Amino acid sequence: MQTGNAVAENENIVAETAERIFADLADAQTINASKGESWKAPLWHALSEAGLPLAWVPEDCDGAGASLAEGFSVLSAAGRSAVAVPLAETMLAGWLLAQAGIASPTGAMTVAPAGPRDRITLNADGTLSGRARGVPFAQAAGHIAVLASSVSGLSIALLQRSTCRIEAGRNLADDASDTLTFNNTKPIALKPAPDGFEQTSLLLMGAVVRSLQIAGALEAMLEISVRYSNERIAFEKKISKFQAVQHNLAKLAGEAAAALAAASSAADAIANSAGFDEAVFLEAASAKIRCAEAAEKGAAIAHQVHGAIGFTQEHILHRYTLRALSWRDDFGHDSHWAVELGRLVAERGADELWPLVASR
Amino acid sequence: MTAALRFDPIRLPPACEVLRKEVRAFLAEEIAAGTFDPHKPQREDSDAPEFSRRVGERGWLGMTWPKKYGGHERSFLERYVVTEEMRVANAPTRRFFVADRQSGPVLLKYAPEHIKMNILPRICRGEVCFSIGMSEPNSGSDLFAAKTKATKTDGGFLINGSKIWTTSAHIADYMIAIFRTSPSTKENRRHGLTQFLVDMKAPGIKVNPIAQITGLYEFNEVVFTDTFIPDDHVLGEIDGAWKQATSELAYERSGPERFLETYYVLTELVRAVGPKPDARGAEGIGRLVAQLHTMRRMSVSVAGMLQIGREPVVEASIVKDIGTVWEQQLPHRVRELAAFVDPDASNHATLNEQLAFAMKIAPKLTIQGGTTEVLRGIIARGLGLR
Repeated sequence: MQTGNAVAENENIVAETAERIFADLADAQTINASKGESWKAPLWHALSEAGLPLAWVPEDCDGAGASLAEGFSVLSAAGRSAVAVPLAETMLAGWLLAQAGIASPTGAMTVAPAGPRDRITLNADGTLSGRARGVPFAQAAGHIAVLASSVSGLSIALLQRSTCRIEAGRNLADDASDTLTFNNTKPIALKPAPDGFEQTSLLLMGAVVRSLQIAGALEAMLEISVRYSNERIAFEKKISKFQAVQHNLAKLAGEAAAALAAASSAADAIANSAGFDEAVFLEAASAKIRCAEAAEKGAAIAHQVHGAIGFTQEHILHRYTLRALSWRDDFGHDSHWAVELGRLVAERGADELWPLVASR
Repeated sequence: MTAALRFDPIRLPPACEVLRKEVRAFLAEEIAAGTFDPHKPQREDSDAPEFSRRVGERGWLGMTWPKKYGGHERSFLERYVVTEEMRVANAPTRRFFVADRQSGPVLLKYAPEHIKMNILPRICRGEVCFSIGMSEPNSGSDLFAAKTKATKTDGGFLINGSKIWTTSAHIADYMIAIFRTSPSTKENRRHGLTQFLVDMKAPGIKVNPIAQITGLYEFNEVVFTDTFIPDDHVLGEIDGAWKQATSELAYERSGPERFLETYYVLTELVRAVGPKPDARGAEGIGRLVAQLHTMRRMSVSVAGMLQIGREPVVEASIVKDIGTVWEQQLPHRVRELAAFVDPDASNHATLNEQLAFAMKIAPKLTIQGGTTEVLRGIIARGLGLR
């Protein structure tokens, strides 16, 4: 128990640091009201000072050397604040580079590919070719961590973003989601991926990152919806006193609970596993699928409770709902993971389904 | 946070996996011996007294209770494993399930010592069946509207009135029921009900079975006419049953039986689609498995929190709410996917038979033991809305 408590305490310290920075420098109301992006630089600076973007990079590679569990707790907090800077993406990129022992540069990073349908090829001359769509925050990143394949296996590469062609795009929440094209692009570092590491490994890790963020956003949606229902008066009483509203909020709590349980379970599975085995696959794929479903149902209820005011730019609700809905698409759409999980279950056979579920 | 929901990622300890193997081996033996057919959830003979005794012999009843009363002082998580394995196998647990989950813990907490010594060891041996007398013809979800009267007499109480929808009353040895001992008060409409232990062999009890839409007779009307209950059968505080109701519900609400009631149709669908399903079949199964896995992780988390002495009332209500809605919808989702299954698949008839039964029982799943509406009211209170 000693070890367990010590770990839980450290997680709290790292998560508390993140929470404090978000409270001070990423207040949703302030950001939402500000016209420009002047809030971004101080926030990023504070996060970097605290070592959070490179949380998963070992200390000997100039990172913070935090545990996977500590990093996951930062991402839950980032979800609760619907933070619109490439914190999750830089953490993921640092983690990917560390798999191959590549040191992380300072500044924002992102990862490619960010979905199952894109493949980057490592050419014989050590350059990269291919296209990665829906790469989050590529516009804002100085460097890209890339997973590339060649006949001799997978490699991990570090590229300067300026050496790639970029087509800017936006997700539902207006955050950058870009297409990167590599055309015989020369990386600044290149090493083989460790044995057993596949593109699916990167996508599962990304899926759990997004699941934690969605769960955090749902917690925030629940909190602000409950608060609003206790303030808003209609028909001469607080709308929280109407049974129809109460039951909608109870359903939102259920969706937030399901997302939270699925995402924390999957994060715990990765943090306590040596690799990306079948158990991690079940947990991570399930988390992404269930969190995506929760995002849809939960966001709809949060908006319903708020009525027209929640549909305005001025109100903060959209910061959470639109991000949660967008995050469903990254690192494998929920439909992708559902097909993959369904195929695995079918291949194992009917009588092996319960043993698989019960093993977790 | 207004509502700090907690679902810690609790894992079952290694001892549970040893136990799980034992339970699976036992169930395999019972299936081989013809005690029950795991593919046939619809059974007239689900009261299986011999099976019940054999489960007791294995030490799987009263698992968490003190040894002094025949219990085994094992953890809630170990009990969880036994419950889920029995449920998934469609084992005939009716005779002991209510006593083991609910009635035993109530007796442990509120019954006088000599009654505990008499009844609890018999529950642990799988010998006695319990029913729960809550609903009345004009009092269902509104528990505190109960009118069936317990009138004080020499050495006990006389009961007059009736209970309804009482599952297993026709085979039960005992009932734990609430009766009215005083009128409710203006200040507290929940006041005036008392919890009693009723010996079903007492004179003046008539059990009338009620046919369900499945064709089965699982629940009953129970009519009491001057039925005598001795003073020592009062459980807890006179007029204070309302204080005793809430804590036991966390156990009742969040167990694996709250999302596995129709699980068999999912297994059978996987069998029917075969090893290489098309994208639609695979996606449908994948989503259902993800939902099932998530439900179970939530339910295990609540069991783990109960084990360390927390009372996660809101979390438990959430598990029952989304668990029962899920198991209710499951046969309909499976039906949609089964439309594309090869009609010559070897288990097609079994799947159709199971779907027909699951769709018939589906409506009760969000009603029994606390309706969806009642649960959402409890969750809303936990969120600070009422």
